[in-house]
Amino acid sequence: MSREEIRSAVLRALGRIAPEADLSQLQPGTRIRDQLDIDSMDLLNFVIGLHKELHVEIPEIDYPKLATLDGCVDYLAGLLKTA
Amino acid sequence: MAEFVMPQLGADMTAGKLLRWRKNIGERVQRGDIIADVETDKADIEVEIFASGVLDKFLVQPGEKVPVGTPLALIREEGVAVPAAGAVPPLVRTATAMAPIRAVAPAPSIAVPPPAVSPFSGRLHISPAARKLAEEQAIDPASLAGTGPGGRVTLEDVQRAVQARMAAQEPPDRQTRMRQAIAAAMARSKREIPHYYLSTTVDMNRCVQWLAQENTRRSIADRLLYGVLLLKAVALALRQVPDLNSFWKEGKAVPSADVHVGVAVSLRGGGLVAPALHHTDQQSVGELMKQFLDLVQRARAGSLRSSELSDPTITVTSLGEQGVDSVFGIIYPPQVALVGFGKIAERPCSVDGQIVSHPLLMATLSADHRVSDGHRGGLFLAALERLLQEPEKL
Repeated sequence: MSREEIRSAVLRALGRIAPEADLSQLQPGTRIRDQLDIDSMDLLNFVIGLHKELHVEIPEIDYPKLATLDGCVDYLAGLLKTA
Repeated sequence: MAEFVMPQLGADMTAGKLLRWRKNIGERVQRGDIIADVETDKADIEVEIFASGVLDKFLVQPGEKVPVGTPLALIREEGVAVPAAGAVPPLVRTATAMAPIRAVAPAPSIAVPPPAVSPFSGRLHISPAARKLAEEQAIDPASLAGTGPGGRVTLEDVQRAVQARMAAQEPPDRQTRMRQAIAAAMARSKREIPHYYLSTTVDMNRCVQWLAQENTRRSIADRLLYGVLLLKAVALALRQVPDLNSFWKEGKAVPSADVHVGVAVSLRGGGLVAPALHHTDQQSVGELMKQFLDLVQRARAGSLRSSELSDPTITVTSLGEQGVDSVFGIIYPPQVALVGFGKIAERPCSVDGQIVSHPLLMATLSADHRVSDGHRGGLFLAALERLLQEPEKL
């Protein structure tokens, strides 16, 4: 899966937890939490959404790696490569 | 025959707009069925019915906004014949149809400015129900043309006046109405409830460790958040100090047999609601987590059910994720207590004579001094702290 496809999947998952947000304005290197005002329940729903989109199991200990959009893509690309 | 009335879904609701009927005339309805959608200042709500029977007649049509307590439909007992045209069946505003909502949520007095002129003269003929509604809605009944016998002002006359006033007003947007509703409820609370506040620092080390271990064993969809441990602990602590699980009604505390913890949920775009997790004390943390996820999603999507808004027996608010150390909240009437949680932060503390760094959490209690004293509040917080030291038993 290409990085662009992963990025699209991440944005779809984010769109479901923050439907009112304009994701085209999301800064790729800035913390998603600060830009979208998401809480731990949103984060859990985001991880569940990524699981549905990409069939990946993300352990809790790796949640900090999902802090930014770029971080998400890097982490998921690595996870999918080793899968 | 029973009336299905516009429910009061919280102390901050005075009126609702019927959006649509979910059932048809002649259809059988059972207690708990969702039979209508109602728009309140805060959200669109799926309204359940608390009686069983056959839907006999709609009294209000979609699009109409009516005050709380206005009959919306008539429910006929099953097996009872449809009354002949012209016959007047006995009308019973049954307790089953109304009590669950009315019992816990008296009309907010804050939303009712005093009438400029005393509306009641000795010669005015007005029914008691009409007089009560007129007082609540600050309508001068002397200004109404009574349609009852001898020009008596009836409940329907006052309801029509309320609807006419609503229709004449420019409806503010949802955000404005939500702020007004919250303002009304919170101002009423601060004016009427003598709050007292207590706090305690809870060592969350065992909870954090247990949760991390537990979540490695669970699938992604079944993972727990520490918030659900807090909710369950609050519910169990209420069983030990039930005074705080009450409603203040007609000048006295009325204990609730069930524990329905209301969870403050901030809405995207502003405002909040605090729907109930029903029977919070009786469910496993796994079951609670599923319901918690569902409840928050539906709260933010605007699809809550009426019982979820009318049933909370206490409210829990957590602002830790916003970096807040502690929360001293305002009680949501007619509840008599609110529990607040701040952030879990690594801080130095003493354990067995050693200074260590543990994740600590500030838990606070706002309680109604008419119902409980600081001693009882202290026992509640002590019970809460004890329960959170054994997360595996929650």
